[in-house]
Amino acid sequence: MKKLLTSLLFAPLMALASGEVLHLDKAPVSTEPAALQNGAKLFVNYCLNCHGASYMRYNRLQEIGLSEQLIKDNLMFTADKIGEPMRIAMQRDEAKVWFGAAPPDLTVIARSRASEFGSGADWLYTYLRSFYRDPERPTGWNNVIFENVGMPHVLYELQGDMVAKVEEKDDGHGGKTKSITLEQGKPGKMSKEEYDKATADLVSYLVWMGEPVAETRKSIGKVVIAFLGVLFVLSYLLKKNYWRDIH
Amino acid sequence: MTTKSQAVLDWIDERFPLTSTIKGHLTEYYAPKNFNFWYFFGSLALLVLVIQIVTGIFLVMHYKPDASLNAAGVPVAFASVEYIMRDVPGGWLIRYMHSTGASAFFIVVYLHMFRGLIYGSYRKPRELIWIFGTLIFLALMAEAFMGYLLPWGQMSFWGAQVIVNLFSAIPVIGPDLSVVIRGDFVVSDATLNRFFSFHVIAVPLILIGLVAAHIVALHEVGSNNPDGVEIKKKKGADGHPLDGIPFHPYYTVKDIVGVVGFLIVFSLIVFFAPEGGGYFLEFNNFIPADPLKTPPHIAPVWYFTPFYSILRAVTYPLFGIDAKFWGVVAMGAAVVIIAFLPWLDRSPVKSIRYKGGLYKAILAVFIVSFFILGYLGVLPPTPGRTIVSQICSVIYFGFFLLMPWYSKIDKCKPVPDRVTG
Amino acid sequence: MSVDQKVDGGRRQLLLVTSAAGGVAAAAAAVPFVASLTPSERAKAAGAPVEVDISKLQPGQMMTVEWRGKPVWIINRTKEMLESLKKTEGEVSDPKSDKPMQPAYAQNETRSIKPEILVAVGICTHLGCSPSDKFKTGADSGVAPDWAGGFLCPCHGSTFDMAGRVYKSKPAPDNLEIPPHKYLSDAKIIIGEDGKA
Repeated sequence: MKKLLTSLLFAPLMALASGEVLHLDKAPVSTEPAALQNGAKLFVNYCLNCHGASYMRYNRLQEIGLSEQLIKDNLMFTADKIGEPMRIAMQRDEAKVWFGAAPPDLTVIARSRASEFGSGADWLYTYLRSFYRDPERPTGWNNVIFENVGMPHVLYELQGDMVAKVEEKDDGHGGKTKSITLEQGKPGKMSKEEYDKATADLVSYLVWMGEPVAETRKSIGKVVIAFLGVLFVLSYLLKKNYWRDIH
Repeated sequence: MTTKSQAVLDWIDERFPLTSTIKGHLTEYYAPKNFNFWYFFGSLALLVLVIQIVTGIFLVMHYKPDASLNAAGVPVAFASVEYIMRDVPGGWLIRYMHSTGASAFFIVVYLHMFRGLIYGSYRKPRELIWIFGTLIFLALMAEAFMGYLLPWGQMSFWGAQVIVNLFSAIPVIGPDLSVVIRGDFVVSDATLNRFFSFHVIAVPLILIGLVAAHIVALHEVGSNNPDGVEIKKKKGADGHPLDGIPFHPYYTVKDIVGVVGFLIVFSLIVFFAPEGGGYFLEFNNFIPADPLKTPPHIAPVWYFTPFYSILRAVTYPLFGIDAKFWGVVAMGAAVVIIAFLPWLDRSPVKSIRYKGGLYKAILAVFIVSFFILGYLGVLPPTPGRTIVSQICSVIYFGFFLLMPWYSKIDKCKPVPDRVTG
Repeated sequence: MSVDQKVDGGRRQLLLVTSAAGGVAAAAAAVPFVASLTPSERAKAAGAPVEVDISKLQPGQMMTVEWRGKPVWIINRTKEMLESLKKTEGEVSDPKSDKPMQPAYAQNETRSIKPEILVAVGICTHLGCSPSDKFKTGADSGVAPDWAGGFLCPCHGSTFDMAGRVYKSKPAPDNLEIPPHKYLSDAKIIIGEDGKA
C-alpha cells in the first residue's frame, strides 16, 4: 500500500529531482525473526562500538523473538539494565578527532537515508557492500557511494578485501564520468552470497529498529480501515434516508 | 420533551442563548439544497483543526523544546520526538496523526479555497468571510512553519534558517528584524523556544478566533452555492428560503459521510504511508539539526512550494534594492492578493457554471501554472526552471490583476432564478 | 421538530446503528490518547529492580538507594537497636504489622528478612516527606528525653522506631512501607523483586 501510494504520487516528481544519480541495489528487507535476530547480533557486535542507538531500548529486542535472558547474556554489552537504551561509552569529542566526525546515532538511520534513488534500506545495503581499499584515506578505506567516508570497513573480516577498478568514460558532453567496479581481493570469512545475506539481515534489523512499531501500525491500520468502511456505508445509507425528504 | 428537561432548558435559556444558538446555526440555519462535493471541505477543515489541537495537546505533554545535546550527543528536542515515537504508549499514532494532519490541513484548505474561487463565494455580500478566510490561511502558514522547526531535524533547522533570513532582505530594518525573530544570530535554542510558544498557544488562539469570525460571518449572510444564486431572494410562505434546507439534520448527515470518507484517506496515510513518500515527513528530518552542515538540497514542505517558487522567480534588482527583497515582496503579495478577489472580479455572475469560455480558459491556465510552481518549488533551481517559474509567476499575478478586465468582457450565460439540481 | 414526527422505523434503526458505530469509533480513537497518559517505557525502565551491594554496610550504618524515584533505606541494625524494638512495642500503633505495609516475609518483629538488615521505603506515610534518621538515643537525639532511636519526619513530626513502626498519636497513619526485596547472596539485595514475581 505504502509503495503504491508513494510511487503513484511522487515517482515522476522524484525522478527529476536532482542532477546527480546514485545507483543503489534493492535491499532484500526481511521481517522474519530469524533474519532480524541475526541482524541484531551483527549490529551489537560490529556497529554498537562506535555508533549508539540511543532511542532503542534493549528490552524491545523481545519484540523480534529474543528472550530477556538471551538479551542480557549475549547482546547487552553497553548497559546494566534491560530497559536501558543502546548507548556507547565512546566520547563524542574523541570520536570527532579519530574519524573527522562523530559517528551518527543509528536508531533511525534507515529512515533518514531514504532519497529519490531508493529506500534507506537500499542505501545501507549498497553502502555496506561498497567499501574498497584506498591507501590515500587515513583509515585505508573508501566507499563507492559515500566518497571519502570517515568510517573504516568494520565488516572487513567477513567480506575480505575489495579492490576498485576505476574506469573513466566520455559522457558524450565533453566531460568524463567515473565508474568504479569492485573485485574481490583477499577473501574474508564469508563467501559473497553469505556476506550479502549477512548485510541484508543487518539492514533488515536497522529498518526494524528505525520504526519497531511499523508492523503493528499496519495491522491496526487494516482494522481501522475495515471499520471505517462499514461506518462509511452506514453513514451513506443514513444520508440517503434523510435526503429522501428533499428530493 | 418532558417538562422537567424543558424546565432545565428554560432555566439555561434565560441566562445563556443555548436554544437560539442551536437554532440559528444548526436546526434553523437554512443552507442551499444544491451543495455538491466541493462543499465538504469547510467542515473537514474544522475537523482537521480539532485533530491538530487534540493531538497537539497530547504531544506537548511529552515534547521538549530544547536544542542542547543530551548525554548521547543528540539534541533534546529531537530525542523527545523519538521518545514520543517509541517510549510513550500510543505516542507514534498521535505524532503521525499530527504530522499527517498538517499536510491534510493544507490539502483541505486549498480545496476549500478553490471551491470559493470557482463558485464566486467571495462576491458581495461575502467579502468579509473571504478576508477572514485569507487571514486563516496566513495564520495557518505561520502555524505550519513554526511547528516544522520543533522536531529539530536538519530540514527543520535549515528551513527555518532560510525563511527567517528572508526578513533580512527588508531594507534598513531587515537584518535587525531577523535577529529579533530568532532571538539570536543563528537559529538556536532561543528560536526553538519562541516558535514553540507561538505554535502551541499564540497562533492557535488567533486561528480559533478567526475561524469563529469566519463562521459567524457566513451564518449572518448565508451560504453561497454552486449556482451562485441568492436563496434568500425567494422565500416561501413560512419565511424560509424555498431552496434552503435546515443545516441539521440534512447537512450534518451529509457532512458525516464526508468526514468518514476523509478519515479513510487520512488513516490510509497515517497507518500505511506516514512519511507520505518523503513529502509529509522529510527523510532529512530524521537527522538531528546540525548547524555546521547544510543538507545538499533544501526544499520547503510541499504546501509552501508554490509561493517559494514565486520567491525564487524574482531575480532582478529594482530601484537599487536587490532581488532578494523583491522576491520576498512577491511571495507576500502572492498570498495577500487573494484577499482582494471580491473587488477584482467584475463578472455579472458568481458561479463558474454561468461564466464564459474566456474565464474558464484563464482559470485553467492559472491552475496549471499554480501546480507547476508547486512542482518547481521542490526542485533545485536551474536556469531553465527559473524561466518557467518566472512565466508561471507572471500568470499567477496576471490571473488576479487582469481579472477586472477579462471578467468584464467575458460572455456569461444567464443565471436562473432558482438553484438547479 | 417536523422531522421527528414523520420518522419511520427504518430511519430510527439506521440512526441508532450509525450512532453506535460512531460511538465505537470515537471510543477507539480515545485509546491512544488515554494510553499516552500512562507511564512510558522510560518511566518503566527507571522503575526496574535495583541491585544493591551491602557488604560494606557496617552495623549501625544506613545507606539510601533510589528505586522508582523514591529513597529506599537499608540499615544494618546493631544489637541495641534490635533490643529497642521490644521497648517500643507498647508505644507504636501497629506493633504486629497487621496493616499490609510489608510483604508477608517481612511481617515479623523486626519487619525484615534477616533480623539486623532493615529495608524500607523512606517516605513518610503521612504526606510523603522523607523522614530523617535519629539513631542517637535519649536526650542527645533532640527528639525526646526517652527516645529509643528511630526516625523523625521533619514535615509534621511523625516518629518511627528502628523497624519503621509509627508511634501512636502521630499524624502518620501507617508504618513505613517495606518494598519487595530478596537476597541474591549474603552481600547482594535486589529491591523491587521478590521470590514470588
